[in-house]
Parts: sequence; structure tokens; C-alpha cells
Amino acid sequence: MTAIAGDVASHAAGKPVGNTAGNQGPLLQVRGLRMHFPVTEGMIARRHVGDVKAVDGVDLVIGRGETLGLVGESGCGKTTMGRCILRLETPTAGEILYDGVDIAKLGRRDLVALRRRIQVIFQDPYSSLNPRMKVGSIIGEPMRVHGVEPDAGRRSARVAELLSLCGLNPNFADRYPHEMSGGQRQRVGIARALALNPEFIVCDEAVSALDVSIQAQIINLLEDLRDKFNLTYLFIAHDLSVVRHLCQRVAVMYLGRVVELAACDELFDNPLHPYTRALLAAVPIPDPVVEATRAFQPVAGEVPSPINPPPGCVFHPRCTLAVAECRRTRPQLRELRPNHWVACDVVQ
Amino acid sequence: MPPLLEVIDLHTEFRTGAGLVRAVDGISYTVDPGETVAIVGESGSGKSVSALSLLRLIPDPPGRVTQGRVIFAGRDLMQLSEEQMRNVRGGDIGMVFQEPMTSLNPVLTIGRQITETIEQHRGHDPVAAQRRAIELLGLVGIADSERRLKQYPHQLSGGMRQRIMIAIALACDPKLIIADEPTTALDVTIQAQILELMQSLTRRLGVALIIITHNLGVVARYASRVNVMYAGRIVESGSAAALYHDPHHPYTLALLRSVPRLDRPRQARLDPIEGSPPDLTRLDRGCSFRPRCRFAIARCAEAPPPLEAAGAPGQFAACYRSNELAAVAGEAA
Ligand SMILES: Nc1ncnc2c1ncn2[C@@H]1O[C@H](COP(=O)(O)OP(=O)(O)O)[C@@H](O)[C@H]1O
Ligand SMILES: Nc1ncnc2c1ncn2[C@@H]1O[C@H](COP(=O)(O)OP(=O)(O)O)[C@@H](O)[C@H]1O
Ligand code: SF4
Ligand SMILES: [Mg+2]
Ligand SMILES: [Mg+2]
Repeated sequence: MTAIAGDVASHAAGKPVGNTAGNQGPLLQVRGLRMHFPVTEGMIARRHVGDVKAVDGVDLVIGRGETLGLVGESGCGKTTMGRCILRLETPTAGEILYDGVDIAKLGRRDLVALRRRIQVIFQDPYSSLNPRMKVGSIIGEPMRVHGVEPDAGRRSARVAELLSLCGLNPNFADRYPHEMSGGQRQRVGIARALALNPEFIVCDEAVSALDVSIQAQIINLLEDLRDKFNLTYLFIAHDLSVVRHLCQRVAVMYLGRVVELAACDELFDNPLHPYTRALLAAVPIPDPVVEATRAFQPVAGEVPSPINPPPGCVFHPRCTLAVAECRRTRPQLRELRPNHWVACDVVQ
Repeated sequence: MPPLLEVIDLHTEFRTGAGLVRAVDGISYTVDPGETVAIVGESGSGKSVSALSLLRLIPDPPGRVTQGRVIFAGRDLMQLSEEQMRNVRGGDIGMVFQEPMTSLNPVLTIGRQITETIEQHRGHDPVAAQRRAIELLGLVGIADSERRLKQYPHQLSGGMRQRIMIAIALACDPKLIIADEPTTALDVTIQAQILELMQSLTRRLGVALIIITHNLGVVARYASRVNVMYAGRIVESGSAAALYHDPHHPYTLALLRSVPRLDRPRQARLDPIEGSPPDLTRLDRGCSFRPRCRFAIARCAEAPPPLEAAGAPGQFAACYRSNELAAVAGEAA
């Protein structure tokens, strides 16, 4: 329970964790968020033998119109964070204040209204698009379901508009997903997400599966749409150079926790958490001359199981700076430099 | 010293429902003993097919190597019998693929898979093979080898499985390892561990390495020479330093310009390559990059440009405008 008390204390102390970059006020505030998935054993009487602590006490603020990057290696809880915000999961504990309302506990009817305001773009455009539906129906479907555009004629006009907004010829409405390239399918996924005029979009590895030349096209599109519609993004990705390009602030996750949070330039220029530093060092720079001058030692070991996370700082088994205290006490996010939060008690 | 591997005008086709796919359309390159050479390009450009072709692992039907020679350590692999070829694969040429789960046998222990390779290729008895397997696990940084050898692939993490694949590739003292996207499925810190391991082992043991990847950073960090593929052809080749600092093909130039870089100030906007990669069943007779090329001229539609010397010594580009590119691109930027 000490950890929870610690999270609350950081708020009670005044400043919420991670000021937003925008000046339009917060759109989303996540406090003490936990998502634990029960692990059971036995076929008939299923015994609860533990929990996957996918998200284990996360605090975040995202300003209106801001893009927050969420980075970290697979299994650290990024998708689960996104799914909680989309309320595709009901969190185990914590608050998700969206525009001032705690959506963590909303009932089904209120969720319908929420779904119009928060949308998602997935990694794999292929598996997230219904292969038996034409592109026009894929994009039009949410409008029909939500009764936004009940008139079929007006709906197809809107589909055409969305397609061209996303850089596709409107006659793509008559195609099936398998008749398109990966980049084109991702544009369809984006058009579908925009159909209900959302204000907030969770981009979950939205460009990760694309070839670099296509990736740049989609990144530019996401930027244009953000400017045009004042969109707020939670941009989940594991490619740090893409995150740096697109985001105003970045949160680094490790094993269900945010270990570092800062404005984008600050985080990449002055990474403080040993894990963030290890991640950055591991990214090879596309320049052989630069690489020839970079001596580096990859961080050892692998990410431990989220069922039995290590005590104290979850990174301590791989950390070269770890001291005895790191094995005992879970470090809380502290503001080591202005608006630069780090969950490590060793770095200065 | 002659090259260890010489690929000469290799062609591989697939007959598909949509038509004939020239997946590899006349590629030539060399690898010197102990050298690390990269093959880089976007998905569908023919990287994997080119590697499988020289190992004679193309499924026939639908595929077929229609032309070309592959001289490896003085022998043309295309002329070997199937049995001789089986001895080359996993013997003098080790292989590491992207998804170790599909290349490892799920029902055999790790130990059995390593010893099987050693017994088959080197005729060791089981005791000697077991001893060698333990030694190999140590080499690839796996502690607790006795226990690991008794485990099955699904009991290991992705990074561990890739270490096992490297151990198997090294088992018979190969002269060459072909690694096809060996770390694409892995997280960045594990990717770094595996690539550093491959680099230090191939250097120490004097093994040549062909590393196939779409990651321009990985190429820059690990390869001395690079072949850039587009639509089944090598469009540019040369030393990594020359290609990255003075590219002579518009595709290489555009690829390098389209990625954001952590070591440079943030750009206002990325510079993508417009359009999509070509449909290989519908290539016309001109340069295959032409529909996406900012520098195309009338001549580019007439015939595919040959790979010719351009830029630094040892650098080659397949573009009619390769020698004016620097000047023209500078104007455009
Ligand atoms: N529905 C679920 N049931 C059980 N475990 C889950 C479920 N969803 C995710 N997890 C686990 O939670 C952890 C975090 O997963 P995820 O949020 O997908 O990570 P990321 O997106 O960062 O790769 C992983 O260990 C994953 O296996
Ligand atoms: N078994 C196959 N049948 C038909 N076409 C294939 C087969 N394998 C590969 N191809 C085609 O060959 C081309 C090159 O593929 P590949 O070498 O796998 O690309 P890369 O490894 O560069 O991503 C692609 O157009 C692909 O569709
Ligand atoms: S040959 Fe022509 S179309 Fe092809 S890359 Fe060169 S300039 Fe572009
Ligand atoms: Mg995920
Ligand atoms: Mg491939």
C-alpha cells in the first residue's frame, strides 16, 4: 500500500505529475492507474494464482492539442494504457479524468458518447480492417452506428471527403482492404478514426509496421490532421526517432510504470533515467561515420515478468547504477529538473 | 585474395495468380572473407528471395532460379547436387532468420537441435557433440547451459531463441553466415545485444556475414559494404560511408532523407518518398523507381539503367543521372 500512498502524496504535494506542454489546459489526467490481469490455474475451479501487473500505478497529464509519446519495450504496458483510456478495459484502480469527468467508472451508456470523442489507430491496418467490407463501409460504419450521418448519400459524401483528406482518391471507397498497399490501408484506418470528429486519438504503433518511405508519409499526414483539427494524440511507439519527431512530451514506460517524463527535447537532450539512457544508446544512427565514433555497451539482461516484478525499482536487475536501496524502495517520480520527472533516486 | 562469395547475375521468378514476379532480377555482388555486407531495402524488394536463392531454398513451384552463378569458396553452388548443398547449408554457410520460432523445431529440445547439426555435418559422436553444444551456448552468452539444453524453444524468450539460432549457425565453423532480419522482431535493447554479439563473434572467428535488414541504422552500425535493393535489383552498392554520405541513386538519397535522426535537430517536416513500391507483376521496361523519382527524365522510361561505377571507388549506381545527382538534388533541396 505504500506505493499507492506515494502516488497520492505526489498530488497532494501540489503540482500534478508532468505539466502539459500546451496552454489549452489538460484534456486527460490519469492518476494512480492500475490494470492487473488475473492469472488463473486449473480447469474447473479456476484458482487465482497471481496478477499480470500490466499497468502498475501510472500518473499522466495530456494537454488539449498536445501529442504525448509513450515509449518502452514490448510488454511494458503501452497498449494496455491506451485500452484503459479508450475504456476497452476497466482499470483495476485509479482515475482517468477526461475533460474533468472520471471515465474509469463510466457505465455503458456514457461510454457510447465517449467513443465519439476518443478514437484509435492501430498498428496493423490489415487485421484492424474488416476484409469483407469495402473501404466506404469501413469508414461510414461508425457514422451509421452513432447516428451521426443517418442519410446514406450524405454519408458517402463524407466518406469521400475523409478519403481525400487522408490522401486517397475517393474512388478507393469501392475497394476492399486486400486491394490496397500497407500505407494505403493505414490511411483508411486514419480516415475511419476521423469519421466521428474525435478530439483525442490513441495512435498505437500506428506507423510501426510501415516501410520507412511510407512511414514518413503517414507521419506527415498525422501532423497535418493534428494542426487542422486541433487533435490530441497519445502516440504509442517503440521507434524513438519517430517519437522525437512527432511529440511535444514523452513518457518512458518500463514494466507497467512510467520511469521518466519530460518535454521531448529535454528528454532526448538530457535523458536522466538509466533505462532511458540505455534505450537511446541502443538506437543505431543511420550514419556510419557517427556510428564509428559511438562506443556503447548494450544494457544486459531482459525485461522481467510483470507477474513477479522485482521489488524496489523494477529496473534494478539491469541497472549499472543500482545501489542496495534500489532493491528495497520503489522510487516515485520526482521533478529533478523543471518539468522533468524521473523515477530514480540515484541519478542527480 | 578472391572473394569468398561471388553472386553473378542471379535471377529468380515466381509464377503467381497475378502474373510472373521477377523477385530477383539480375543481381551481382561479392563478399570477402570475414567481411560484413548488408542488403538493405523495403519489404518486397527481393532481399529474402535473393538469400534463399543462393542457398537453393526457393520453393519450386511456384519459384525458380532461372539464371545466374553463385561461386562460394571456389565452387558454383548452382551446380552442386542436392546432397552436397545440404552439407553447405548449416555447414560452411550458417543461417539466422527473423523468426527463430519457425526455424527451430518446437518438439525438439534446444540441445538436440544443436547436436543434430553437429553430428550431421561434422560426424561427431553424441558425447563430443554435447560438449560442443555447451561450448557454443557459452559463446553466445547463455549461462546455465546444462539446463538450457534441456528446454524447448517455447520456454525461451525471443532474444534467447535468437542466441540459439546463432549458436546453431556457428556450430560447424562456417565461413559465412546469412542473417535475414535477425533482430526485426526484437526490442531495441535486445536487438543491440544480438547484433553486438554477432559482430564480435564473426570478427573473432573470422566469419563473413551477410546481414539483410530494412533498418538503415543497423546497416550504418554494422556493415562495411552495402547493397541497396529496389524491385528485385541492386540499385546502388559501395562502402557504407560512401553510400550514406554521397549517395548516387535517387532511391538511396530519398531513403536517407525520409528518416528522422536522433543525432540531428528536429526537422519541421519529414521528406517522404511519394507513392508506393511497385507491383512487380506490372513493371514496364523503364527504371522501376521512375514513378516515384524526382529526377526522372524521358530516357528513364526507355530501358532499365545498368549498375555502373559512380562516385567513390567501389561505388556503383543504376541511374542515368547518378553523376549529376548531387548537383541536381542540392538545387532541389
Ligand atoms: N488481456 C490480457 N490478459 C492478460 N495479460 C495481458 C492482457 N493484455 C496484456 N497483457 C499483458 O500485459 C503486459 C503489457 O502488455 P501490453 O500493454 O500489450 O504491452 P505493450 O503494448 O507495451 O507491448 C504484457 O505482459 C501482456 O502480456
Ligand atoms: N513463395 C512465393 N510465391 C510468390 N511470390 C513470392 C514468394 N516469395 C516471395 N515472393 C515475391 O517476391 C518478392 C520479393 O520478396 P522478398 O524477397 O520476400 O522481399 P523482402 O525480403 O525484400 O521483403 C515479393 O514481391 C514477394 O511477393
Ligand atoms: S534512372 Fe531516371 S527514374 Fe531511375 S532513378 Fe535515375 S533519374 Fe530516377
Ligand atoms: Mg502494444
Ligand atoms: Mg524479407
